[in-house]
Formats: sequence, C-alpha cells, structure tokens
Amino acid sequence: MTNADTRSKGISATVKRLCLMVVGMGLFVVALVPLYDLLCEITGLNGKTGGQYTFDEAQADPDTSRLIKVNFITNTNAGMVWDFWSQKSSVRVHPGQIKTVNFYVKNPTNRPMVGQAIPSVMPSSAASFFHKTECFCFNQQLLQPGEVLEMPMRFIVGHEVPQNVQSINLSYALFDVTERVDLSEAVAAN
Amino acid sequence: MSEVIHAGHHDDHDHGPAKGLTRWLFTTNHKDIGTLYLWFSFAMLLVGGLLALVIRTELFQPGLQFIQPEFFNQMTTNHGLIMVFGAIMPAFVGLANWLIPMQVGAPDMALPRMNNLSFWILPFAFGMMISTLFMEGGGPNFGWTFYAPLSTTYAPPSVTYFIFAVHLMGASSIMGSINIIATILNMRAPGMTLMKMPMFVWTWLITAYLLIAVMPVLAGAVTMMLFDIHFDTSFFNAAGGGDPVMFQHIFWFFGHPEVYIMILPAFGIVSHIIPTFARKQLFGYDSMVYAVASIAFLSFIVWAHHMFTVGMPLAGQLFFMYSTMLIAVPTGVKVFNWIATMWRGSMTFETPMLFAIAFVVLFTMGGFSGLMLAITPADYQYHDTYFVVAHFHYVLVPGALFSIIAAVYFWFPKWTGKMYDETLGKIHFWLSFIGVNVTFFPQHFSGLAGMPRRIPDYALQFADFNMISSVGAFIFGFSQLFFLYVIIKSIRSGTPAEGRSWEGVKGLEWTLPSPAPYHSFTYPPEVTEADAR
Repeated sequence: MTNADTRSKGISATVKRLCLMVVGMGLFVVALVPLYDLLCEITGLNGKTGGQYTFDEAQADPDTSRLIKVNFITNTNAGMVWDFWSQKSSVRVHPGQIKTVNFYVKNPTNRPMVGQAIPSVMPSSAASFFHKTECFCFNQQLLQPGEVLEMPMRFIVGHEVPQNVQSINLSYALFDVTERVDLSEAVAAN
Repeated sequence: MSEVIHAGHHDDHDHGPAKGLTRWLFTTNHKDIGTLYLWFSFAMLLVGGLLALVIRTELFQPGLQFIQPEFFNQMTTNHGLIMVFGAIMPAFVGLANWLIPMQVGAPDMALPRMNNLSFWILPFAFGMMISTLFMEGGGPNFGWTFYAPLSTTYAPPSVTYFIFAVHLMGASSIMGSINIIATILNMRAPGMTLMKMPMFVWTWLITAYLLIAVMPVLAGAVTMMLFDIHFDTSFFNAAGGGDPVMFQHIFWFFGHPEVYIMILPAFGIVSHIIPTFARKQLFGYDSMVYAVASIAFLSFIVWAHHMFTVGMPLAGQLFFMYSTMLIAVPTGVKVFNWIATMWRGSMTFETPMLFAIAFVVLFTMGGFSGLMLAITPADYQYHDTYFVVAHFHYVLVPGALFSIIAAVYFWFPKWTGKMYDETLGKIHFWLSFIGVNVTFFPQHFSGLAGMPRRIPDYALQFADFNMISSVGAFIFGFSQLFFLYVIIKSIRSGTPAEGRSWEGVKGLEWTLPSPAPYHSFTYPPEVTEADAR
C-alpha cells in the first residue's frame, strides 16, 4: 500500500468521525428541548409549576407556625385585549392549608376569543412546592363577546417549602391563542 | 508501478492556475480559496463597517436626525451578523486555507472540492441576508442574538431568508472545519508531530472542533424558530407551553464557544508574530497548547453568564460566575507567555508586530472588562449597556480583527512575493489604533453611566461620549479603506520579497520561495527542528 492510500483512508476515517459528531450534536439539540422541560420541572427553574395536583382535603394538615404571603400578579401579553384581574392581590396561608382565590376575565371585543394563561412562580425555589388542585391555566378559555368568566384557582403550599421563603409571587400571563386553535372545536369543548 | 502513477499525476497537477473567472469559480487550490475567503471577508468588513457608520452617524448627537428606530435596529442587527459571520470567521478560514497546508507540509487541503463548495455558498448566504434590507418590512431587526419571540412572533416577514442564510453559513463552517481537521490529522509531513505543530495550526485544530460542536446547535435553534414561525409549534412560545428563555440557553450554548471560535486563531497568529520580531522562541509552547484546549473546554460551561438577569437560581449564578472567572487563568497564561517571549528579546517594530502588541494590550483590556461583567451582582448594572458593547468590541476589533490584519501584513510577502510599504503600514496601524480606542473607550463610561445598547436616541448626559465615539468610528472606518490602498499599492509595486521574508523566521511556509508556488510540498518536506515551529 502506498503512502497516498493510507493517507486517503485516514482522511475518510476522520471525515466519518466528524460527520458523526455533527449528527450527534444535531440530536443533542433536539434532546435539549425535553431535557430543558424536565430540568425545569425538577428544579422549578423559570418558576414553572407542575400540572394538576391531586389532594385529599380531609388530609389537610396546616402548619400554623408559619404564614406565607402569596401575591397574585395578572398580566395580559402584548396584543391581548381581555381584562384580567384577581379577587385579591394577595392572601396569607399556612403551608399545607388549601385556599381558593377567584380570577376573572372579560372579553370586551365583539368576537369570540380564546385565551390561555401561563403561570410563573417566584422565587423559583418555591415553584416545585406550589401545588394547584384547580387552575384555569390547565385549560384554554373561550369567551363570547362581552362575556365575563369567574375562574376559581385552588392551591396549597407544600410543607417542604424552604424556610427562607416568606412570600411567593404567582404571576399569570394571559395570551391570545384564538388564531392557534380551531374555534369550532373550542366551542364544542366548552 | 509508482513511477507510472507519478507520471500520471504530473500531467494533472504541474500547471499554473487556469485563466479568467473560471479559475476562481472552479478552483480547488487551497491558496486560491484562501484568497477568495480573504477578499470576501474584507468586502464584508466594509459592508459591516458601513452599517456601523450609519449607527454612529445617528448617535453623533442625541435625537433622531437621519434614520428611524426601525431602520436603526436593522443596522445594529446586520452589523453584528455581517461582522461575526461574514468578516471575522471567513477571514480566519481564509488564513487557515492559505497557511495550514504550507505549515504542516501538505500539498493542499484534504478535501479540495468540498473546500470550493464551503467558500462558494457564503456569497449566496450573505446575498440572501443583505437582500432582506431592501424587502418590504425590512431585514432582521432583532439584534444579532435574535432572541425569541423578537425573532419569531414579532419578526419581519423576511426572517425566513435570515434563517436560511444562517443555515448556509453553518453548513459552510462545518464543511470548512471538517476539511481543516482532516488536513491537520492526516496530511502532516513526516516528522511533524502534534506537539511540533505551529501554534496557528494548533489553535485552528481546536477551533474547528468547537465549530463542529456548536454549529449544529445554531442550526437547531434557527430550525426551531422556523417551525415556530411557519408550522405552529411552540418551542419558544409561552402561550403554547414553550419557553423563550430556552431560546437564550440554546443560543448561548452555541454563542459562547462561538466567541472563542473568533479569538483562538488570533492567539495562534500572535504566537507566530511576537517570537519572530522578538527574535526568540515562543515562551511556553506546551502551556500555550494546553491553555487553548482549556479555554475551549471551559467555553461550553459558561454560557449562562450572558443571561444572569433572566432569573436564575443562586446556585446557577454562582456556578456560571466562577466558571467564567476560571477562564481568566488559561488566558492569563497566554498573555504572560507572550510578554515573556518579548522579555529581553531583540525587538523590532514592523507593522505586524505593532498590530500584535496592540492585540496583546487591548485584548487584555477587553478580557478585564469581561471579568467585570462576570461578577453576577455587578452584571445586573452592566447588563445590556454600552459597557457590554465596549467589552466585546475590545476583544473583537483590536482582538480578532487586529490579529487578522497583523497576519495579512506578516504573510503578505509569502502570498504575493512583494513587500508591503512599511511606512504606509505604520500609518495604517496608528490610524487604526487611535481610531479603535477613540471609538470604544468612551463606551465604557457611557455604559457604566447607564446608557443602554441598541438605542437610536439617548439621554443628554451621554452626548459627549457618543460624539467622541462617532469621530473615532469614522477615523477607524476610513483607515480600513487606507488599508485597502496599502495592500493594492504593495501588490502592484512592492519590492520583491525573499523566501524567508523576515529575519530568522521559523516555519515550513518560509522554506518556500516567495510568492509561494501554486503547488507546494507535492513531496513532503524534511521537517527539521528549526523549521517546525
């Protein structure tokens, strides 16, 4: 075998390895998306809260030695014209105590619209201990023109919430998703 | 048998370049492709510089005088994209094409045809991107970092052109990197062991690995944008369950290695020029190699220092702060090695040396402002201000760009067979040096005083600093036109250069005559200790 042959074999082996690396990094990016969601769910990074929490109310065992202030913030995203407000701006709860707070939305336009609220909890260290047994953010809301909707949100702050957390901010951003959903399906679902 | 093969090859290869335009279109010669890359990147430098001057003209005085904010945003965005992907990166690839085969004693790059392709898709990529500026709705206006949802929900319709342009640039970079690694690993002359390789080759080997690792990440990010825009997915759309912060994580996972892609080859260039004009061997060759490798590794675990203010747990902030500061250690090793190389050397100050010394001084200043930015609590003050602009321009302009200019002057006699005009070169250096500092130094102050970046108008107290900055920008901009003049004049009427154009210069490329013959090292050279590095 001549030198040139070994060299071209070496080159094609190197190129194969490098192409594999490119493909591997491509797969890594695709995997980053679920990995990121998983990491956020585990750590509460970015204030992401979990899904619907099941809780037996008879089991409620409030820790009366601690009182945590929960603040509610309601925002509408740019371009969202609904009115969105909460019954109270804040409540004080014991860890383990179940609490209901009403939120309201109003569609002031003359066309049916669909909204979706996205929650975020600060500080993020409290996010994984902030459980919601009932929340409007689990579904989308279809509102007819001028309709006002009362939406109860039931939550419980877990016992394990870190000691240094004295107040928690729960923020909702309301998005207009009318164009993202099929209106007739949304009507049927409601 | 082997004689027959040689004779056959002889017919194929031992002729000069083809004539006319087809020489450049169909060339597979590493020197031709290097030349194409260098001229292309210089053209992009002028285009990007023109956009910068539009920005600086608007910012000369407070208030809106010349352009509207929408257009201003397109200027900042395209200035950044063109300079990063069009000027700095292709210039380094051009230098790699010209120098790596000669420095390792190879006849050409390992994959010459792919080399042609990786250059020729670049003009199309940039043609596509720049054409968006003339489209209805305008070009990209979301900053060179194209954060979602600015680049998805709120993007101009032309964003799809931008996405495909980025895909093409990424493909070009990946192909270029594969070629460079394949050349370095397989085509070295006998006796050229890895630890004898010239520093430029070493830094490019590591840079090419960085490119291969992160360019697919960039491609993934823009592909997700494409899906969010056209196919109703919600990767970065909170309304659909996505997360815009994830975009920043993915972008900077690409972006931080990217900034080292733009500086590691510069380290290599400076490690050739300083020993030559100090007439000493490079101090601490081994530590230089390990420092570059450590910087490359660390670049993958510091990305979130670009996004301290997105709301990160304390542990995350501390991790990214300390890992970022750790990079100062290998970088410091390099800076001290360059200084130790100059220590008690018989120094002369030809133009490449002036640019190389300016590189060491000014890049170090950019590094220090980087350390300031790494301090998380302080970063809350500096974030998105002109202090950041000053920081990255100090590492990119007198850092990366000065090293490229230094390389052009240093290897100019080898490429063209002519010596550049030393007096004109020095004038170019001093104009650039003064221009760059007058432009960017005041931006530290306006940034610390709170002037936000990417704004077309600003509060009155920043007026003086901005006026100084704009004057500097015009000095710097026009001194690059002067650079063009120096180069063209020297190509036409420079004095003939010797093969070993600089006194005692080391490296295989200097064993060739000047200008380097169209085909060099058809037979592997004998690598002697003195010529390796």
